[in-house]
Amino acid sequence: MAKTLMKGNEALSEAAIRAGLKAFYGYPITPQNEVPAYMAEHLPLRGGVYLQAESEVSAINMVYGAAGAGVRVMTSSSSPGISLKQEGISYIAAAQLPCVIVNVVRNGPGLGGIQPAQGDYFQAVKGGGHGDYHMIVLAPGNVQEMADLTTLGFDLADKWRNPVMILGDGILGQMMEPVEFAENQEPVNVEKPWATTGAVDREPNIVNSLDIIPEKAEKNMQALLAKYEKIKEEEVRWQEDGTEDADVILVGYGTSARVARSAMELARKEGLKVGLFRPITLWPFPEQRLRELAKPGRKFLAVEMSAGQMIEDVRLAVNGVSPVYLSNRLGGMVPTPEDVLTKTRDIVQGRVN
Amino acid sequence: MKTVFQKPEAMTDVPMHYCPGCTHGIIHRLVAEAIDSLGIREQTIGVASVGCSVFAYDYFNCDMQQAAHGRAPAVATGIKRVRPEAMVFTYQGDGDLASIGMAEIVHAAARGENITVVFVNNAIYGMTSGQMAPTSLLGQKTATSPRGRTVEEMGYPIKMCELLATLDGPAYLSRVSTHDSRHVLQAGKAIKKAFEMQQQKKGFAMVEVLSTCSVNWGMTPANALKWMAENMVPYYPLGVYRDVTAKEGN
Repeated sequence: MAKTLMKGNEALSEAAIRAGLKAFYGYPITPQNEVPAYMAEHLPLRGGVYLQAESEVSAINMVYGAAGAGVRVMTSSSSPGISLKQEGISYIAAAQLPCVIVNVVRNGPGLGGIQPAQGDYFQAVKGGGHGDYHMIVLAPGNVQEMADLTTLGFDLADKWRNPVMILGDGILGQMMEPVEFAENQEPVNVEKPWATTGAVDREPNIVNSLDIIPEKAEKNMQALLAKYEKIKEEEVRWQEDGTEDADVILVGYGTSARVARSAMELARKEGLKVGLFRPITLWPFPEQRLRELAKPGRKFLAVEMSAGQMIEDVRLAVNGVSPVYLSNRLGGMVPTPEDVLTKTRDIVQGRVN
Repeated sequence: MKTVFQKPEAMTDVPMHYCPGCTHGIIHRLVAEAIDSLGIREQTIGVASVGCSVFAYDYFNCDMQQAAHGRAPAVATGIKRVRPEAMVFTYQGDGDLASIGMAEIVHAAARGENITVVFVNNAIYGMTSGQMAPTSLLGQKTATSPRGRTVEEMGYPIKMCELLATLDGPAYLSRVSTHDSRHVLQAGKAIKKAFEMQQQKKGFAMVEVLSTCSVNWGMTPANALKWMAENMVPYYPLGVYRDVTAKEGN
């Protein structure tokens, strides 16, 4: 199929419909509004349900219901709206329901602003709502990946019976790039014998997150944690470039990784040995590979559009073997390759502690 | 031997956790009898809420989902929209439906969502041990209105049937009571009608069932029934607040 010029928000929407999306429940918020608009335009004509909920709280609970009823379902929002969805996400994770949640991140905290940011990292990868749980968190780096990782997200959600978050940002959602979709893509048909579809010739199915007997509740948690361990073993994804001989490895995801790549290219032209490490799964985080890359004399520079959140996971991964520095912008400001290059030079020349 | 009384098929054979004298058990049975009499058990998906009826998923012998506090109408909407052939009902208390879940119930009603809502109003939060509910009566003493509910401090109780009747969306709104056997029979008919509405794709149907909480009201079960008849029924008048089939002459 020929490449089409699309916004990131549109590309992920098209990918979701092609993945067999049966329902989209949303609520307006900038900068993700192209997603519900695309869904409203296309989904009802292609065999699915579009419904604008009365709030993000309701939207995520509609997702809970539809996921529990066994269909592919998604919602999208942006940071303040994602905060409102946390209750529902916790229930979805606990009830082990598959779904895809898109967060086109804007700057916060509070109402913040409507510019691109990465300040929701902790919320996305550490749980976000109450209790011990994880979403699988995918971080696209361009419009093609907004589509491809959405497709992957539905497969992972079904495979693991777990909510998947696509963690984009205002730039990835709004910018246009060429994108290509596979020809005749057949949605993967996953059997869901646990779903509430009507108890015909079987015992009733129950979608639930409650167990007030501590002995049983602990067993449920152990089963959940065992699943997370398997996800960590099987689903870690990342990309690296120029890391073999690097004195400094830039670590960034999403839009920050694009900036970091440009900075790396500028640095290489100057003869600096700089590499790029781009996590694609933020949870599970590629900690094993980062640990392998850490060695005395090698330094890491986290590039983020937040106060420094992912840097904590980089530090946990390298575990003191290499120093980890931060290059960041805040408030919806985007770092420039020159910002990152300057910091990289400072690190190489020992001008930072 | 002739069987004169038995458990409805739509109920499980599980001991209930409800307090002695609680009318939840009766209302569960009425819902199960309605499901049995319509022959819809295998296509029914129920949504339990948070509160005393949180374990309803263990008591109904059909597919069930357990929803977050107040969100049952949203969960039911999510199910019904993707499984329109299913019979979807929520079973919610007054704290769940009329307080934390006010947005969800109002918008599900406004959309005319084709679901059945069983709203159990006992004018108190039972599961959390007797706090004031949005439907607690003026003067009613609870753990969080120890000197009695006053208008000045807590405002007025909410009348959900009347409130939802201001919307065009609902197809059926009815308030019934469980204070004596005659009213229990009427309640059963109303609940069955609320399922029939869904079967006929008429849209949103809700039955508000006045119910007792003798433990948290601090009364014997018999006195609780009497108190309900003498205090709740006058404030929450029984009757049909919307019936689109009546307009059609059915």
